[in-house]
Amino acid sequence: MHISEGVLSWPVLAGGAALGVSGVVIGLRRLDYEKLVSAAFVASAFFVASLIHVPVGPSSAHLILNGFVAVLLGWAAFPAIFTALLLQAVLFSYGGITVLGLNTFNMAFPAVLCSLLFFPLLARPGMRRAAGAFCCGAFSVAGAVLLTALSLSWTNEGFALSAKILFVAHIPVMLAEGVLTVLMFSFVHKVRPDILKFF
Amino acid sequence: MFDEPFARGQSFIHKLDPRIRLLCAGSGIICTALLRHRAAAVYSLLLAVILFILSKPKLKFAFKRILAVNIFILFLWLTVPLSPGGENFVQAGSLGINRRGVELVTLLTLKSNAIALLFLALVATMNVAVLGKALSSLRCPDKLVFLLLFTYRYIHVVLDGWQRLWSAAKLRAFTPGSNVRSYRAFANMLGMTFVQSFTRSGRVYEAMRLRGFSGSFVSAAPFKTAGRDIVFVILLVILLAIIYARDIYGVEHAGSAYF
Repeated sequence: MHISEGVLSWPVLAGGAALGVSGVVIGLRRLDYEKLVSAAFVASAFFVASLIHVPVGPSSAHLILNGFVAVLLGWAAFPAIFTALLLQAVLFSYGGITVLGLNTFNMAFPAVLCSLLFFPLLARPGMRRAAGAFCCGAFSVAGAVLLTALSLSWTNEGFALSAKILFVAHIPVMLAEGVLTVLMFSFVHKVRPDILKFF
Repeated sequence: MFDEPFARGQSFIHKLDPRIRLLCAGSGIICTALLRHRAAAVYSLLLAVILFILSKPKLKFAFKRILAVNIFILFLWLTVPLSPGGENFVQAGSLGINRRGVELVTLLTLKSNAIALLFLALVATMNVAVLGKALSSLRCPDKLVFLLLFTYRYIHVVLDGWQRLWSAAKLRAFTPGSNVRSYRAFANMLGMTFVQSFTRSGRVYEAMRLRGFSGSFVSAAPFKTAGRDIVFVILLVILLAIIYARDIYGVEHAGSAYF
């Protein structure tokens, strides 16, 4: 869920913007123009995936796939997610400009962290790879929702209940994203294993 | 689907220099995001509504956009006033509607909608290509502008690819449900979308190199700042200063400061 503009307090917004911008700068430094074209395509796919709804239990949720983007792009996930979120703000008014830095950090940081942590597992064959991919998918979403909930509760203690509801409501989404990431990773590993070693 | 209905228009706002519009939108949005009092937020919303009307928006699309902003606000209305703490308006068993919560969410609703309207009036009135060029002339890093323009260019292509896979699945009577089979189908189609994107990106890059691409885009029509741009900036800065001053010296609402 996107935090709308005008909700968070300025220390939270400024801190988030500083962290988000640092991530984007690190990500851009690692991209030459050839990789930049690939990152743009992954950002487009991430944007399109956010429009796709998959059934989760009795309800449905839109995909996030920040974990999968970080598996493909590493640190370059920061600029890719930043761009996709900027386009969501411009084209649909989801999120916004003042929360852009914070939302980028919230989505990209847990994903990049997971991709670095579970990278050794992803390189192994069989069940260990599946476990690594599941952790990347599930913990990236969990981290993103946790950071969003924390941004709310650091703004004002009145948001504590909203933050808790937000987190609990996303637990099924975390599991679904974990399962999808395992299956997507194994598909890409079969079809184009070279792109998984891209970054 | 990714139409830019606000970008096509002939209003006064559309004729302003995009760089000026971007800077004004930035300062207006940041100023509004920092407000702490209801009265100042109401003024800011008024200013945003006036600018929004001046941009002659297409109301059908505007309604959808404003609805998108308010979904999160609705979630806050449903949860924040029920949080414990402070005095309650209404008490029903263990549930109470919290006065401070209601005041907080009212303030946020005003601010959020003011920012959304400012954004629609000043930023959504340029298309993404112009936005990229304006960001570039405001010293935004070339690589980031490149990424923005390319991502925008290819979301249409990637969506087309996805829709082809999706209609093929539908024709084979695929009905999504919460089961492993459906998830596997989704994952294969999504994986395919990513793989196609990567394959295509390689071809696009080669084609660009062949045409002598060196890292930045050259524009044929430079932006020009005219007299009306300067008048607009001065007026907006004065209004924002009044609103911000009202917020700082908002004596009668001093008790309602939250942040």
